Amino acid sequence: MNTSNGVVKTQLENGLTVLVKEAHTAPVASFWIWYRVGSRNEHLGITGISHWVEHMLFKGTPTFPKGTVDKAIAREGGVFNGSTWYDFTTYYATLPAGRIELALRIEADRMANALFDPEEVASERTVIISERQGAENNPEFLLGEELMASAFRVHPYGVETVGHMCDLETMTRDQLLAHYRTYYTPRNSLAVVVGDFDAGDMLRLVEEHFGPIPGGPDVPPMNAVEPPQKGERRVTLEGNGNVAYFHVVFRTPTVHDPDFFTVTVLDAILTGASGLAIFGGGTTNKSSRLYKALVASELATAISGSLVPTIDPFVYSLSAVVRTGHTPAEVEEALDAELARLVAEPVTPEELVKAIKQTKAQFAYSSESVTGQALWMGFSEIFADYAWFEDYIAQLSAVTVEDVQHAAQRYLKRSNRTVGWYVPKEEA
Amino acid sequence: MSIPGPDDITRYELPNGIVVLVRENHTSPSVVVNGYLLVGAYDERPEQAGLSGFTAAALMRGTANRAFEQIYEELESVGASAGIHGGMHTTGFGTKSLVEDLPLVLDILADVLRHPTFPRDEVERLRGEILTALEERAHDTRRMASLTFQELAYPEEHPYSRSVVGYTETVGALDRDDLAEFYAGGYGPQRMVIVVVGAVETADTLTQIERAFGDWEGHIHARAPLPEVSRIAEVCERVVSIPGKTQSDIVLGYPGPSRTAPDFLDALVCNTILGVFGLMGRLGEKVRDEQGLAYYSYSGLDGGPGPGPWRVVAGVNPTRVEQAIVSMRAEIRRICEELVEGEELEDNRAFITGSLPLRLETNEGVARSIVNMERYRLGLDYLQRYTDLINEVTAERVQTVARRWLDPDAYALAVAGPPSGTGE
Repeated sequence: MNTSNGVVKTQLENGLTVLVKEAHTAPVASFWIWYRVGSRNEHLGITGISHWVEHMLFKGTPTFPKGTVDKAIAREGGVFNGSTWYDFTTYYATLPAGRIELALRIEADRMANALFDPEEVASERTVIISERQGAENNPEFLLGEELMASAFRVHPYGVETVGHMCDLETMTRDQLLAHYRTYYTPRNSLAVVVGDFDAGDMLRLVEEHFGPIPGGPDVPPMNAVEPPQKGERRVTLEGNGNVAYFHVVFRTPTVHDPDFFTVTVLDAILTGASGLAIFGGGTTNKSSRLYKALVASELATAISGSLVPTIDPFVYSLSAVVRTGHTPAEVEEALDAELARLVAEPVTPEELVKAIKQTKAQFAYSSESVTGQALWMGFSEIFADYAWFEDYIAQLSAVTVEDVQHAAQRYLKRSNRTVGWYVPKEEA
Repeated sequence: MSIPGPDDITRYELPNGIVVLVRENHTSPSVVVNGYLLVGAYDERPEQAGLSGFTAAALMRGTANRAFEQIYEELESVGASAGIHGGMHTTGFGTKSLVEDLPLVLDILADVLRHPTFPRDEVERLRGEILTALEERAHDTRRMASLTFQELAYPEEHPYSRSVVGYTETVGALDRDDLAEFYAGGYGPQRMVIVVVGAVETADTLTQIERAFGDWEGHIHARAPLPEVSRIAEVCERVVSIPGKTQSDIVLGYPGPSRTAPDFLDALVCNTILGVFGLMGRLGEKVRDEQGLAYYSYSGLDGGPGPGPWRVVAGVNPTRVEQAIVSMRAEIRRICEELVEGEELEDNRAFITGSLPLRLETNEGVARSIVNMERYRLGLDYLQRYTDLINEVTAERVQTVARRWLDPDAYALAVAGPPSGTGE
């Protein structure tokens, strides 16, 4: 067990990692369970399986039959949700502090005892297909899917977490159950609790509820390695609608490389600081370089940048909504000019200072709710550890003007990128 | 931390009509400002739909003291945010910053509210952004279903039948002078509300706000009362076809009670039962959980100053639209015809009252609650009385309010999805 900045980190005998932090500013508490399984662990035939398993965790155990978990939390005044992404599946509940034990009971129970009733599997199939179809209503989702499939030829990051339709239509209950039994284990997960309680008491409760669960089998190795990209890739998607979109991704270093923070600063200069706003809560970006080059110039109506920390090497993403009357080609040309400037001339020290200040403010905002604190504590443990998050500002502050220029030269070149255009076509 | 109330919320009225409310929270590093002015789409002529929203968005495009770039450079450099958003009855504003930057944020807020210049080129730039967004909306099933519902549920002369954002034709016809004129005629301190929550000192904050806004004159539009809205007498439905879509969105609903209606809290409990509690209440249970029809189905009660809508919503496969509507109507019928049972009622009341600490955890949550309490004259002790008020709602009152406002056989219904025969 170790303690740092009020965070107590320990591991149960069965392998469950536990992080606990007291926060006494409000009479609330937030409990999260993070499973180290996501679409990263999937392959053709079972794409979308982790997300579907997440849905099934709400469909009943012997102790909590279907439909009772959400009601149990709601009647205690709580809120809850589950979420699946590339590297993880997570479930959380935030409750009045005195009621938080219910969340531990529920998560310990469904870690081991989810029923995967065949009728419920069938019913949930249509819900998930519905979720996918809802996403397909959005041209930006469609473009992103095509783009990532081109950017990742081998690695599962190239497939949307919701999965391919053909797999959603054919996956079986046995496959879902096997996935659950393999990955939903104490040794493959971590529990995070933040709130108005005593840390010692909370650790005892975690041990009481999760301790008896057997550790679980070895998790299969994930061996996919994306080969190096050796040339620009381009995707054009035609579809319905009246508005065009532009989306480009660049391969980036992993979170363990200091360059990750350099690219984070670079993104703050280009599109405004958003490294800690991955899950929402960002600010405007109208003073950023790309806003000025693309939006103020009336080629686009919005520009955003995203650098998500992941387990395996991922991409830095820029996306723009093309202004009516203009084209993705024009947006790309203006973007290229701006990136060329970044490569040729160092950014100013003032821009660096601004990027740090913006991020410091966001760092402060991210810890204002117990839910937000617990989210970042857990998320950082998936791809690194909680110290990574604690050191975030310090790492950013070490980035120099020269670092930024070198990173622009290394990562923002054509041969390192995949470009996507969504082009609305005339109605037939 | 106690529930905000008269002991820790300071309310102060400036001579020019601005109401200021401050609540200190020294456990957080930030400060949130939240409030509104009494100007909105309500004050537009129908042929100028979108004018109020356009004007609100243009306030931050340049002032007598700051160019557009400077406004955002100052805000973003310190990681602060500020936004102004035009609504139906009010134009809302909100800011968030670290507490040491409150003087800067207040200065900018006062500048954009009091001294906007509507530079012509910035207005044109902004117009293009609004027009592009309207193009996106035309292909968005959720938003088109919602827009169409409004047109069906409210009479044509009623402002609620129109889009607050406007339409391509109406926004396209506005010019910079229209914005300046709308501003001059309707932006003033009368009945403006500004709420500050965070690590501030009350006296100091009041002084800052007085300095920023105390000498503001200006005036607000005179408002005619809203036209009458009657219960919908029959099924009013419309289908919007949008090529290429794989999901249809349904909005079925009615004009509902206003926030100040005597039965609003009864409706709140009723709505929670119908489409909020847990995995979206009875609607979620039937439409999603039991039948697997939809990824989402829920209900929403707007309230507001006028008869805001009371809606049930679902997103479904286009071939399942009819089935979903049958299901939604069945739930409306059930809540009208059958008294809700003891345990279900208790659970829903427990959720509403029990989740209060969660809603009040952050500065934003507290500020939103205080704005609401002021806007609808609920009293500074409202949050402290809230639990008792909710627990007074009986099964009979839930049924009465359902019968008063909902009807399974007479409603406005909008569906937006792919042209029939082309859905998967």
